[in-house]
Amino acid sequence: MDQIEEIYSNIIMERSMQAYHKHELENETCSAHGYNPNCGDDITLHIKLCDDKIEDMSFTGSGCAISQSSTDIMAEVLKGKTVAEAKEIADIFVAMIDRKPITDQQKKLLKDAVAFQNISNMPARVKCAILAWKTLKNKLDEL
Amino acid sequence: MKTNYELRKDFSIFENENIAYLDNAATSQKPKCVLDALEKFYKKYNANPHRGAYNLSIKATEVLNKSRHRVAEFLNARFDEEIIFTKNATESLNLLAYSYGMDNIKSGDEIVLSIMEHHSMIVPFQKVAQAKNATLKYMYLNDDYQIDDKEIESKITGKTKIVGIVSVSNVLGTITNYKKIIEKAHSVGAVVIVDISQSIAHKPFDVQDADADFVVFSAHKMYAPLGTGVLYGKKELLEKMSPFMMGGDMIEYVYEQSTSFAPLPNKFEAGTQNVAGIYGLCSAIDYLQNIGYDTIYKIESSLTEYLLKKLKELPFVKLYCTDNLSQHEAVVSFNIDGVHPHDVASILDMQGVCIRAGNHCAQPLLRYLGVDSTCRVSISFYNTKEDIDKLIKALKKVYEMFMKFKNNQR
Ligand SMILES: Cc1ncc(COP(=O)(O)O)c(C=O)c1O
Repeated sequence: MDQIEEIYSNIIMERSMQAYHKHELENETCSAHGYNPNCGDDITLHIKLCDDKIEDMSFTGSGCAISQSSTDIMAEVLKGKTVAEAKEIADIFVAMIDRKPITDQQKKLLKDAVAFQNISNMPARVKCAILAWKTLKNKLDEL
Repeated sequence: MKTNYELRKDFSIFENENIAYLDNAATSQKPKCVLDALEKFYKKYNANPHRGAYNLSIKATEVLNKSRHRVAEFLNARFDEEIIFTKNATESLNLLAYSYGMDNIKSGDEIVLSIMEHHSMIVPFQKVAQAKNATLKYMYLNDDYQIDDKEIESKITGKTKIVGIVSVSNVLGTITNYKKIIEKAHSVGAVVIVDISQSIAHKPFDVQDADADFVVFSAHKMYAPLGTGVLYGKKELLEKMSPFMMGGDMIEYVYEQSTSFAPLPNKFEAGTQNVAGIYGLCSAIDYLQNIGYDTIYKIESSLTEYLLKKLKELPFVKLYCTDNLSQHEAVVSFNIDGVHPHDVASILDMQGVCIRAGNHCAQPLLRYLGVDSTCRVSISFYNTKEDIDKLIKALKKVYEMFMKFKNNQR
Protein backbone atom coordinates (compact mmCIF):
# COMPACT_ATOMS: atom_id res chain seq x y z
CA MET A 1 0.00 0.00 0.00
CA ASP A 2 3.00 2.30 0.46
CA GLN A 3 3.36 2.77 -3.25
CA ILE A 4 -0.22 3.90 -3.59
CA GLU A 5 0.17 6.57 -0.94
CA GLU A 6 3.50 7.64 -2.35
CA ILE A 7 1.88 8.44 -5.67
CA TYR A 8 -1.66 9.29 -4.65
CA SER A 9 -0.37 11.54 -1.87
CA ASN A 10 -2.63 13.77 0.19
CA ILE A 11 -1.93 16.85 -1.85
CA ILE A 12 -2.58 15.11 -5.16
CA MET A 13 -5.82 13.63 -3.86
CA GLU A 14 -6.99 16.90 -2.36
CA ARG A 15 -6.25 18.98 -5.39
CA SER A 16 -7.80 16.49 -7.77
CA MET A 17 -11.00 16.49 -5.72
CA GLN A 18 -11.04 20.20 -5.22
CA ALA A 19 -9.07 22.12 -7.79
CA TYR A 20 -8.73 25.80 -6.84
CA HIS A 21 -8.06 27.00 -10.34
CA LYS A 22 -10.55 25.01 -12.34
CA HIS A 23 -12.76 27.63 -13.92
CA GLU A 24 -13.04 29.87 -16.94
CA LEU A 25 -10.99 33.05 -16.88
CA GLU A 26 -12.46 36.42 -17.66
CA ASN A 27 -10.15 38.62 -19.74
CA GLU A 28 -7.87 35.75 -20.69
CA THR A 29 -5.27 36.83 -23.21
CA CYS A 30 -4.52 33.37 -24.56
CA SER A 31 -5.44 29.74 -24.09
CA ALA A 32 -3.85 26.39 -24.87
CA HIS A 33 -5.40 22.98 -25.41
CA GLY A 34 -3.71 19.75 -24.36
CA TYR A 35 -4.86 16.20 -25.01
CA ASN A 36 -3.56 12.72 -24.23
CA PRO A 37 -5.07 10.49 -26.90
CA ASN A 38 -4.47 7.23 -25.09
CA CYS A 39 -5.89 8.31 -21.75
CA GLY A 40 -8.33 10.94 -22.89
CA ASP A 41 -7.05 13.63 -20.50
CA ASP A 42 -8.28 16.85 -22.05
CA ILE A 43 -7.43 20.25 -20.61
CA THR A 44 -7.58 23.85 -21.71
CA LEU A 45 -5.33 26.37 -19.99
CA HIS A 46 -6.64 29.90 -19.69
CA ILE A 47 -3.89 32.47 -19.32
CA LYS A 48 -3.94 36.16 -18.62
CA LEU A 49 -0.66 37.78 -19.55
CA CYS A 50 0.14 41.32 -18.57
CA ASP A 51 3.29 42.55 -20.26
CA ASP A 52 5.67 39.71 -19.60
CA LYS A 53 3.93 38.36 -16.55
CA ILE A 54 1.41 35.54 -16.01
CA GLU A 55 -1.06 37.56 -14.05
CA ASP A 56 -3.60 34.79 -13.78
CA MET A 57 -4.08 31.22 -14.95
CA SER A 58 -6.92 28.71 -14.70
CA PHE A 59 -8.00 25.56 -16.50
CA THR A 60 -11.04 23.64 -17.65
CA GLY A 61 -11.43 20.09 -18.94
CA SER A 62 -11.46 16.56 -17.64
CA GLY A 63 -9.04 13.81 -16.79
CA CYS A 64 -7.64 11.59 -14.07
CA ALA A 65 -6.56 12.68 -10.61
CA ILE A 66 -2.94 12.95 -11.69
CA SER A 67 -3.56 15.26 -14.65
CA GLN A 68 -6.14 17.38 -12.84
CA SER A 69 -4.05 17.93 -9.73
CA SER A 70 -0.90 18.56 -11.74
CA THR A 71 -2.67 21.23 -13.78
CA ASP A 72 -4.14 22.87 -10.70
CA ILE A 73 -0.82 22.94 -8.87
CA MET A 74 0.93 24.29 -11.96
CA ALA A 75 -1.50 27.19 -12.15
CA GLU A 76 -0.77 28.02 -8.55
CA VAL A 77 3.00 27.73 -8.83
CA LEU A 78 3.28 29.81 -11.98
CA LYS A 79 0.87 32.58 -11.18
CA GLY A 80 2.79 35.84 -10.90
CA LYS A 81 5.86 34.50 -12.69
CA THR A 82 7.33 36.01 -15.81
CA VAL A 83 7.16 34.03 -19.03
CA ALA A 84 10.87 33.23 -18.79
CA GLU A 85 10.52 32.04 -15.18
CA ALA A 86 7.51 29.91 -16.05
CA LYS A 87 9.36 28.23 -18.89
CA GLU A 88 12.29 27.52 -16.63
CA ILE A 89 10.08 26.01 -13.93
CA ALA A 90 8.24 23.90 -16.50
CA ASP A 91 11.59 22.55 -17.69
CA ILE A 92 12.62 21.75 -14.12
CA PHE A 93 9.33 19.92 -13.58
CA VAL A 94 9.83 17.78 -16.68
CA ALA A 95 13.45 17.12 -15.69
CA MET A 96 12.32 15.97 -12.22
CA ILE A 97 9.79 13.60 -13.77
CA ASP A 98 12.45 12.25 -16.13
CA ARG A 99 14.62 11.61 -13.05
CA LYS A 100 17.29 13.98 -14.24
CA PRO A 101 19.33 15.57 -11.44
CA ILE A 102 17.93 18.85 -10.19
CA THR A 103 19.39 21.12 -7.50
CA ASP A 104 17.69 21.90 -4.21
CA GLN A 105 17.35 25.45 -5.41
CA GLN A 106 15.46 24.31 -8.49
CA LYS A 107 13.33 22.02 -6.39
CA LYS A 108 12.27 24.97 -4.27
CA LEU A 109 10.92 26.71 -7.33
CA LEU A 110 8.57 23.78 -7.93
CA LYS A 111 6.85 24.24 -4.56
CA ASP A 112 3.89 21.81 -4.27
CA ALA A 113 4.66 20.34 -7.68
CA VAL A 114 7.41 18.23 -6.09
CA ALA A 115 4.53 15.95 -5.10
CA PHE A 116 4.89 14.34 -8.54
CA GLN A 117 8.51 13.32 -8.12
CA ASN A 118 7.71 9.61 -7.81
CA ILE A 119 5.37 9.42 -10.76
CA SER A 120 8.03 7.78 -12.90
CA ASN A 121 7.53 4.70 -10.72
CA MET A 122 4.29 4.43 -12.64
CA PRO A 123 5.40 4.98 -16.24
CA ALA A 124 1.86 4.72 -17.57
CA ARG A 125 0.96 7.92 -15.75
CA VAL A 126 3.92 10.12 -16.60
CA LYS A 127 2.06 11.64 -19.53
CA CYS A 128 -0.82 12.62 -17.27
CA ALA A 129 1.50 14.46 -14.90
CA ILE A 130 3.33 16.45 -17.56
CA LEU A 131 0.41 17.23 -19.89
CA ALA A 132 -0.32 20.69 -18.46
CA TRP A 133 3.34 21.65 -18.22
CA LYS A 134 4.13 20.66 -21.79
CA THR A 135 1.01 22.36 -23.06
CA LEU A 136 1.95 25.57 -21.30
CA LYS A 137 5.57 25.45 -22.39
CA ASN A 138 4.57 24.97 -26.04
CA LYS A 139 2.23 27.93 -25.82
CA LEU A 140 4.79 30.19 -24.17
CA ASP A 141 7.40 29.18 -26.74
CA GLU A 142 5.05 30.38 -29.47
CA LEU A 143 4.66 33.81 -27.98
CA MET B 1 -13.23 -31.91 -17.41
CA LYS B 2 -10.29 -29.83 -16.22
CA THR B 3 -10.80 -26.99 -13.77
CA ASN B 4 -9.55 -23.44 -14.14
CA TYR B 5 -7.03 -24.12 -11.37
CA GLU B 6 -5.57 -26.99 -13.37
CA LEU B 7 -5.60 -25.04 -16.65
CA ARG B 8 -3.89 -22.07 -15.02
CA LYS B 9 -0.84 -24.30 -14.50
CA ASP B 10 -0.40 -24.44 -18.28
CA PHE B 11 0.62 -20.75 -18.24
CA SER B 12 4.18 -20.10 -17.12
CA ILE B 13 3.58 -16.41 -16.54
CA PHE B 14 1.52 -17.17 -13.46
CA GLU B 15 4.48 -18.98 -11.90
CA ASN B 16 6.45 -15.75 -11.94
CA GLU B 17 3.79 -13.12 -11.54
CA ASN B 18 1.37 -13.11 -8.68
CA ILE B 19 -1.24 -11.13 -10.55
CA ALA B 20 -4.92 -11.26 -11.29
CA TYR B 21 -4.70 -10.89 -15.07
CA LEU B 22 -8.09 -9.56 -16.12
CA ASP B 23 -7.21 -7.94 -19.44
CA ASN B 24 -7.72 -10.96 -21.67
CA ALA B 25 -9.67 -8.97 -24.25
CA ALA B 26 -6.46 -7.06 -25.04
CA THR B 27 -4.35 -10.16 -25.38
CA SER B 28 -4.38 -13.55 -23.71
CA GLN B 29 -1.47 -15.17 -21.95
CA LYS B 30 0.20 -18.03 -23.84
CA PRO B 31 0.18 -21.66 -22.70
CA LYS B 32 3.43 -23.63 -22.49
CA CYS B 33 2.53 -25.69 -25.56
CA VAL B 34 2.44 -22.51 -27.66
CA LEU B 35 5.80 -21.37 -26.27
CA ASP B 36 7.16 -24.86 -26.98
CA ALA B 37 5.87 -24.69 -30.54
CA LEU B 38 7.74 -21.45 -31.14
CA GLU B 39 10.92 -22.97 -29.82
CA LYS B 40 10.41 -26.17 -31.79
CA PHE B 41 9.94 -24.25 -35.01
CA TYR B 42 13.14 -22.32 -34.58
CA LYS B 43 15.05 -25.41 -33.48
CA LYS B 44 13.80 -27.77 -36.15
CA TYR B 45 12.13 -26.06 -39.09
CA ASN B 46 13.46 -22.55 -39.43
CA ALA B 47 14.11 -21.45 -43.01
CA ASN B 48 12.45 -19.08 -45.39
CA PRO B 49 9.38 -20.83 -46.77
CA HIS B 50 8.91 -20.80 -50.56
CA ARG B 51 12.35 -19.52 -51.26
CA GLY B 52 14.79 -22.34 -50.88
CA ALA B 53 15.49 -25.42 -52.90
CA TYR B 54 16.63 -27.40 -49.92
CA ASN B 55 14.97 -29.68 -47.47
CA LEU B 56 14.74 -27.32 -44.53
CA SER B 57 12.98 -24.67 -46.57
CA ILE B 58 10.57 -27.28 -47.79
CA LYS B 59 9.85 -28.21 -44.18
CA ALA B 60 9.12 -24.58 -43.33
CA THR B 61 6.81 -24.40 -46.34
CA GLU B 62 5.05 -27.54 -45.16
CA VAL B 63 4.52 -26.01 -41.74
CA LEU B 64 2.87 -23.01 -43.38
CA ASN B 65 0.64 -25.16 -45.61
CA LYS B 66 -0.37 -27.51 -42.82
CA SER B 67 -1.10 -24.58 -40.56
CA ARG B 68 -3.35 -23.07 -43.18
CA HIS B 69 -5.20 -26.36 -43.42
CA ARG B 70 -5.53 -26.49 -39.66
CA VAL B 71 -7.01 -22.98 -39.48
CA ALA B 72 -9.36 -23.76 -42.38
CA GLU B 73 -10.59 -26.80 -40.48
CA PHE B 74 -10.95 -24.77 -37.29
CA LEU B 75 -13.22 -22.24 -39.01
CA ASN B 76 -14.86 -24.87 -41.25
CA ALA B 77 -13.75 -23.08 -44.42
CA ARG B 78 -14.27 -24.97 -47.68
CA PHE B 79 -10.80 -24.35 -49.05
CA ASP B 80 -7.41 -23.83 -47.42
CA GLU B 81 -6.73 -20.87 -49.69
CA GLU B 82 -9.64 -19.03 -48.11
CA ILE B 83 -7.34 -18.48 -45.12
CA ILE B 84 -4.92 -15.56 -45.33
CA PHE B 85 -2.40 -15.02 -42.56
CA THR B 86 -1.93 -11.46 -41.32
CA LYS B 87 -0.30 -9.97 -38.28
CA ASN B 88 -3.59 -9.05 -36.56
CA ALA B 89 -7.22 -8.09 -37.08
CA THR B 90 -6.14 -4.56 -37.96
CA GLU B 91 -4.13 -5.76 -40.94
CA SER B 92 -6.97 -8.07 -42.02
CA LEU B 93 -9.42 -5.16 -41.96
CA ASN B 94 -7.08 -2.80 -43.80
CA LEU B 95 -6.63 -5.46 -46.45
CA LEU B 96 -10.41 -5.63 -46.87
CA ALA B 97 -10.84 -1.86 -46.93
CA TYR B 98 -8.22 -1.40 -49.63
CA SER B 99 -8.58 -4.53 -51.72
CA TYR B 100 -12.34 -4.90 -51.50
CA GLY B 101 -13.63 -1.51 -50.37
CA MET B 102 -11.65 0.76 -52.67
CA ASP B 103 -12.50 -1.39 -55.70
CA ASN B 104 -16.17 -2.03 -55.03
CA ILE B 105 -17.53 1.06 -53.33
CA LYS B 106 -18.85 3.80 -55.58
CA SER B 107 -20.20 7.26 -55.04
CA GLY B 108 -23.57 7.11 -53.28
CA ASP B 109 -23.06 3.60 -51.89
CA GLU B 110 -23.46 2.93 -48.20
CA ILE B 111 -21.21 1.15 -45.74
CA VAL B 112 -22.98 0.09 -42.55
CA LEU B 113 -21.10 -0.63 -39.32
CA SER B 114 -22.29 -1.16 -35.78
CA ILE B 115 -21.47 1.60 -33.31
CA MET B 116 -19.63 -1.08 -31.30
CA GLU B 117 -16.90 -1.52 -33.91
CA HIS B 118 -13.23 -1.22 -32.98
CA HIS B 119 -11.23 1.64 -34.53
CA SER B 120 -9.56 -0.98 -36.73
CA MET B 121 -12.89 -1.42 -38.53
CA ILE B 122 -14.10 2.18 -38.37
CA VAL B 123 -11.01 4.06 -39.50
CA PRO B 124 -10.16 2.07 -42.67
CA PHE B 125 -13.78 2.12 -43.85
CA GLN B 126 -14.08 5.81 -43.05
CA LYS B 127 -11.18 6.26 -45.42
CA VAL B 128 -12.96 4.21 -48.10
CA ALA B 129 -16.16 6.20 -47.66
CA GLN B 130 -14.29 9.49 -47.91
CA ALA B 131 -12.26 8.44 -50.94
CA LYS B 132 -15.31 7.12 -52.80
CA ASN B 133 -17.82 9.70 -51.69
CA ALA B 134 -19.88 6.98 -50.06
CA THR B 135 -21.91 7.20 -46.85
CA LEU B 136 -20.84 5.56 -43.61
CA LYS B 137 -23.83 4.64 -41.44
CA TYR B 138 -24.02 3.14 -37.98
CA MET B 139 -26.38 0.70 -36.32
CA TYR B 140 -27.03 1.97 -32.78
CA LEU B 141 -28.00 0.22 -29.55
CA ASN B 142 -31.13 -0.06 -27.46
CA ASP B 143 -31.17 0.44 -23.68
CA ASP B 144 -30.05 -3.14 -23.22
CA TYR B 145 -26.86 -2.53 -25.30
CA GLN B 146 -28.18 -4.63 -28.18
CA ILE B 147 -28.88 -3.83 -31.83
CA ASP B 148 -32.64 -4.16 -32.38
CA ASP B 149 -33.99 -6.01 -35.40
CA LYS B 150 -35.67 -2.75 -36.36
CA GLU B 151 -32.29 -1.01 -36.46
CA ILE B 152 -30.91 -3.75 -38.72
CA GLU B 153 -33.91 -3.51 -41.04
CA SER B 154 -33.79 0.25 -41.32
CA LYS B 155 -30.03 0.76 -41.71
CA ILE B 156 -29.24 -1.97 -44.23
CA THR B 157 -30.85 -0.88 -47.50
CA GLY B 158 -30.58 -1.36 -51.24
CA LYS B 159 -27.68 1.11 -51.23
CA THR B 160 -25.65 -0.91 -48.71
CA LYS B 161 -22.59 -2.60 -50.18
CA ILE B 162 -20.52 -3.56 -47.12
CA VAL B 163 -21.58 -4.34 -43.56
CA GLY B 164 -19.10 -4.66 -40.69
CA ILE B 165 -20.08 -6.23 -37.39
CA VAL B 166 -18.32 -7.58 -34.32
CA SER B 167 -19.47 -10.95 -33.02
CA VAL B 168 -18.84 -9.62 -29.50
CA SER B 169 -18.18 -6.03 -28.43
CA ASN B 170 -14.76 -5.49 -26.88
CA VAL B 171 -16.26 -2.85 -24.57
CA LEU B 172 -19.71 -4.08 -23.61
CA GLY B 173 -19.40 -7.83 -24.06
CA THR B 174 -22.64 -7.72 -26.07
CA ILE B 175 -23.06 -10.78 -28.30
CA THR B 176 -24.41 -9.41 -31.55
CA ASN B 177 -27.03 -10.94 -33.81
CA TYR B 178 -24.60 -11.23 -36.70
CA LYS B 179 -26.61 -14.03 -38.32
CA LYS B 180 -29.62 -11.81 -38.70
CA ILE B 181 -27.37 -9.02 -40.02
CA ILE B 182 -25.81 -11.37 -42.58
CA GLU B 183 -29.25 -12.52 -43.73
CA LYS B 184 -30.47 -8.98 -44.18
CA ALA B 185 -27.26 -7.84 -45.90
CA HIS B 186 -27.37 -10.74 -48.33
CA SER B 187 -30.99 -9.99 -49.16
CA VAL B 188 -29.85 -6.59 -50.49
CA GLY B 189 -26.67 -7.91 -52.12
CA ALA B 190 -24.15 -6.55 -49.59
CA VAL B 191 -21.13 -8.43 -48.23
CA VAL B 192 -20.55 -8.82 -44.51
CA ILE B 193 -17.31 -8.70 -42.54
CA VAL B 194 -17.56 -10.34 -39.13
CA ASP B 195 -14.87 -9.35 -36.62
CA ILE B 196 -14.63 -12.34 -34.29
CA SER B 197 -11.59 -11.07 -32.35
CA GLN B 198 -13.56 -11.05 -29.09
CA SER B 199 -15.44 -14.31 -29.48
CA ILE B 200 -13.03 -16.83 -30.95
CA ALA B 201 -11.30 -17.50 -27.62
CA HIS B 202 -14.69 -18.29 -26.10
CA LYS B 203 -16.82 -19.84 -28.83
CA PRO B 204 -16.16 -21.67 -32.09
CA PHE B 205 -17.06 -19.93 -35.35
CA ASP B 206 -18.29 -21.78 -38.43
CA VAL B 207 -17.87 -19.59 -41.50
CA GLN B 208 -20.16 -21.73 -43.64
CA ASP B 209 -22.91 -21.98 -41.09
CA ALA B 210 -22.78 -18.19 -40.58
CA ASP B 211 -22.46 -17.65 -44.34
CA ALA B 212 -20.05 -14.80 -43.58
CA ASP B 213 -18.30 -13.31 -46.59
CA PHE B 214 -15.23 -12.20 -44.66
CA VAL B 215 -14.11 -13.02 -41.14
CA VAL B 216 -11.20 -11.43 -39.27
CA PHE B 217 -9.55 -12.00 -35.93
CA SER B 218 -6.38 -11.41 -33.97
CA ALA B 219 -5.09 -14.82 -32.96
CA HIS B 220 -3.05 -13.32 -30.11
CA LYS B 221 -6.32 -12.90 -28.23
CA MET B 222 -6.91 -16.66 -28.42
CA TYR B 223 -3.67 -17.88 -26.84
CA ALA B 224 -1.56 -17.70 -30.01
CA PRO B 225 1.65 -15.65 -30.23
CA LEU B 226 1.58 -11.89 -30.76
CA GLY B 227 1.84 -10.96 -34.40
CA THR B 228 -0.61 -13.55 -35.66
CA GLY B 229 -3.97 -12.78 -37.22
CA VAL B 230 -6.31 -14.30 -39.75
CA LEU B 231 -8.48 -13.21 -42.63
CA TYR B 232 -11.06 -15.62 -44.01
CA GLY B 233 -12.77 -14.74 -47.27
CA LYS B 234 -15.06 -16.65 -49.58
CA LYS B 235 -12.86 -17.92 -52.37
CA GLU B 236 -14.89 -16.36 -55.17
CA LEU B 237 -14.57 -12.94 -53.49
CA LEU B 238 -10.87 -13.20 -52.68
CA GLU B 239 -10.10 -14.33 -56.22
CA LYS B 240 -11.62 -11.20 -57.70
CA MET B 241 -9.84 -8.85 -55.31
CA SER B 242 -6.62 -7.05 -56.14
CA PRO B 243 -3.62 -7.55 -53.87
CA PHE B 244 -3.08 -5.37 -50.82
CA MET B 245 0.67 -5.32 -50.25
CA MET B 246 3.12 -5.78 -53.07
CA GLY B 247 6.45 -7.55 -52.97
CA GLY B 248 8.01 -10.96 -52.87
CA ASP B 249 6.03 -14.23 -52.68
CA MET B 250 2.84 -12.66 -54.03
CA ILE B 251 3.88 -12.56 -57.68
CA GLU B 252 4.17 -14.86 -60.70
CA TYR B 253 6.22 -12.84 -63.18
CA VAL B 254 7.75 -9.46 -62.62
CA TYR B 255 8.84 -7.42 -65.63
CA GLU B 256 10.38 -4.01 -65.54
CA GLN B 257 7.06 -2.29 -66.00
CA SER B 258 4.44 -4.86 -65.02
CA THR B 259 3.71 -7.84 -62.79
CA SER B 260 1.34 -10.75 -62.73
CA PHE B 261 0.19 -11.89 -59.34
CA ALA B 262 0.24 -15.30 -57.71
CA PRO B 263 -3.02 -17.15 -57.10
CA LEU B 264 -4.60 -17.44 -53.66
CA PRO B 265 -3.50 -17.47 -50.93
CA ASN B 266 -0.06 -16.09 -51.87
CA LYS B 267 -1.56 -13.08 -53.63
CA PHE B 268 -2.37 -11.65 -50.21
CA GLU B 269 0.75 -12.74 -48.35
CA ALA B 270 3.52 -10.47 -49.52
CA GLY B 271 6.93 -10.96 -47.97
CA THR B 272 8.23 -13.54 -45.54
CA GLN B 273 5.52 -14.77 -43.23
CA ASN B 274 5.68 -15.20 -39.45
CA VAL B 275 5.78 -18.98 -39.81
CA ALA B 276 6.88 -19.61 -36.25
CA GLY B 277 3.95 -17.57 -34.97
CA ILE B 278 1.59 -19.36 -37.33
CA TYR B 279 2.92 -22.69 -36.06
CA GLY B 280 2.21 -21.39 -32.56
CA LEU B 281 -1.30 -20.48 -33.67
CA CYS B 282 -1.91 -24.11 -34.66
CA SER B 283 -0.70 -25.20 -31.27
CA ALA B 284 -3.15 -22.73 -29.68
CA ILE B 285 -5.99 -24.23 -31.73
CA ASP B 286 -5.00 -27.73 -30.59
CA TYR B 287 -4.87 -26.50 -27.03
CA LEU B 288 -8.32 -24.89 -27.18
CA GLN B 289 -9.88 -27.89 -28.83
CA ASN B 290 -8.30 -30.25 -26.33
CA ILE B 291 -9.85 -28.34 -23.46
CA GLY B 292 -13.06 -28.09 -25.44
CA TYR B 293 -15.22 -25.03 -25.96
CA ASP B 294 -17.89 -26.59 -23.74
CA THR B 295 -15.52 -26.67 -20.81
CA ILE B 296 -14.33 -23.17 -21.60
CA TYR B 297 -17.90 -21.96 -21.66
CA LYS B 298 -18.72 -23.61 -18.33
CA ILE B 299 -15.74 -22.09 -16.55
CA GLU B 300 -16.00 -18.64 -18.11
CA SER B 301 -19.74 -18.23 -17.79
CA SER B 302 -19.69 -19.11 -14.12
CA LEU B 303 -16.78 -16.71 -13.52
CA THR B 304 -18.55 -13.94 -15.43
CA GLU B 305 -21.72 -14.54 -13.46
CA TYR B 306 -19.75 -14.35 -10.22
CA LEU B 307 -17.98 -11.18 -11.38
CA LEU B 308 -21.25 -9.46 -12.26
CA LYS B 309 -22.86 -10.51 -8.98
CA LYS B 310 -19.94 -9.14 -7.01
CA LEU B 311 -19.79 -5.89 -8.98
CA LYS B 312 -23.53 -5.37 -8.51
CA GLU B 313 -23.03 -5.62 -4.76
CA LEU B 314 -20.87 -2.49 -4.89
CA PRO B 315 -23.24 0.49 -4.83
CA PHE B 316 -20.59 2.83 -6.27
CA VAL B 317 -20.13 0.80 -9.45
CA LYS B 318 -22.01 1.61 -12.63
CA LEU B 319 -22.10 -1.32 -15.05
CA TYR B 320 -22.41 -0.99 -18.81
CA CYS B 321 -23.86 -4.34 -19.75
CA THR B 322 -27.04 -6.20 -20.45
CA ASP B 323 -28.76 -8.18 -17.70
CA ASN B 324 -29.41 -10.87 -20.25
CA LEU B 325 -26.45 -13.17 -19.64
CA SER B 326 -27.19 -15.29 -22.71
CA GLN B 327 -26.40 -12.22 -24.81
CA HIS B 328 -23.20 -11.41 -22.97
CA GLU B 329 -19.62 -12.64 -23.29
CA ALA B 330 -16.74 -12.44 -20.80
CA VAL B 331 -16.09 -8.68 -21.09
CA VAL B 332 -17.46 -6.22 -18.51
CA SER B 333 -17.17 -2.42 -18.56
CA PHE B 334 -17.90 -0.29 -15.52
CA ASN B 335 -17.08 2.96 -13.78
CA ILE B 336 -16.60 3.93 -10.17
CA ASP B 337 -18.61 6.91 -9.10
CA GLY B 338 -16.35 9.97 -8.97
CA VAL B 339 -13.10 8.20 -9.87
CA HIS B 340 -11.43 8.39 -13.26
CA PRO B 341 -10.87 4.93 -14.84
CA HIS B 342 -7.14 5.56 -15.20
CA ASP B 343 -6.81 6.17 -11.50
CA VAL B 344 -8.78 2.99 -10.88
CA ALA B 345 -6.49 0.97 -13.16
CA SER B 346 -3.31 2.41 -11.61
CA ILE B 347 -4.42 1.78 -8.05
CA LEU B 348 -5.54 -1.75 -9.00
CA ASP B 349 -2.19 -2.33 -10.67
CA MET B 350 -0.44 -1.47 -7.42
CA GLN B 351 -2.55 -4.17 -5.81
CA GLY B 352 -1.65 -6.80 -8.39
CA VAL B 353 -4.79 -6.56 -10.51
CA CYS B 354 -4.50 -5.93 -14.26
CA ILE B 355 -7.45 -4.31 -15.97
CA ARG B 356 -7.80 -1.97 -18.93
CA ALA B 357 -8.98 1.60 -18.64
CA GLY B 358 -9.71 4.04 -21.41
CA ASN B 359 -11.74 4.16 -24.57
CA HIS B 360 -10.75 0.66 -25.72
CA CYS B 361 -10.21 1.82 -29.31
CA ALA B 362 -13.94 2.46 -29.55
CA GLN B 363 -14.31 6.22 -29.16
CA PRO B 364 -17.52 6.48 -31.22
CA LEU B 365 -19.17 3.90 -28.95
CA LEU B 366 -18.14 5.66 -25.75
CA ARG B 367 -19.28 9.01 -27.12
CA TYR B 368 -22.59 7.40 -28.00
CA LEU B 369 -22.87 6.05 -24.45
CA GLY B 370 -21.96 9.49 -23.11
CA VAL B 371 -18.82 8.44 -21.23
CA ASP B 372 -15.18 9.41 -21.76
CA SER B 373 -13.74 6.11 -20.68
CA THR B 374 -14.49 2.97 -18.72
CA CYS B 375 -12.75 0.32 -16.67
CA ARG B 376 -12.85 -3.05 -18.40
CA VAL B 377 -12.45 -6.53 -16.95
CA SER B 378 -12.21 -9.49 -19.29
CA ILE B 379 -12.17 -13.12 -18.25
CA SER B 380 -10.36 -16.24 -19.43
CA PHE B 381 -10.73 -19.84 -18.30
CA TYR B 382 -7.49 -19.51 -16.34
CA ASN B 383 -8.95 -16.87 -14.08
CA THR B 384 -10.27 -17.85 -10.67
CA LYS B 385 -12.77 -16.73 -8.07
CA GLU B 386 -9.76 -15.53 -6.11
CA ASP B 387 -8.80 -13.20 -8.98
CA ILE B 388 -12.27 -11.69 -8.84
CA ASP B 389 -12.23 -11.42 -5.06
CA LYS B 390 -8.89 -9.63 -5.33
CA LEU B 391 -10.40 -7.25 -7.86
CA ILE B 392 -13.41 -6.51 -5.68
CA LYS B 393 -11.25 -5.90 -2.62
CA ALA B 394 -9.01 -3.58 -4.64
CA LEU B 395 -12.02 -1.67 -6.00
CA LYS B 396 -13.28 -1.10 -2.47
CA LYS B 397 -9.89 0.29 -1.54
CA VAL B 398 -10.00 2.71 -4.50
CA TYR B 399 -13.40 3.97 -3.52
CA GLU B 400 -12.47 4.38 0.14
CA MET B 401 -9.34 6.32 -0.80
CA PHE B 402 -11.26 8.78 -2.89
CA MET B 403 -14.18 9.09 -0.52
CA LYS B 404 -11.89 9.98 2.34
CA PHE B 405 -10.88 13.09 0.43
CA LYS B 406 -14.29 13.84 -0.93
CA ASN B 407 -15.67 13.98 2.61
CA ASN B 408 -12.86 16.28 3.68
CA GLN B 409 -13.83 18.83 1.09
CA ARG B 410 -14.95 22.15 2.35
C1 LIG C 1 -13.20 -6.47 -31.71
C2 LIG C 1 -11.78 -6.14 -32.02
N1 LIG C 1 -11.39 -5.95 -33.29
C3 LIG C 1 -10.13 -5.67 -33.61
C4 LIG C 1 -9.16 -5.55 -32.66
C5 LIG C 1 -7.78 -5.17 -33.11
O1 LIG C 1 -6.87 -6.11 -32.77
P1 LIG C 1 -5.32 -5.88 -33.12
O2 LIG C 1 -4.90 -4.68 -32.36
O3 LIG C 1 -4.68 -7.13 -32.65
O4 LIG C 1 -5.23 -5.70 -34.59
C6 LIG C 1 -9.50 -5.76 -31.32
C7 LIG C 1 -8.53 -5.71 -30.22
O5 LIG C 1 -7.97 -4.77 -29.78
C8 LIG C 1 -10.84 -6.05 -31.00
O6 LIG C 1 -11.22 -6.22 -29.73
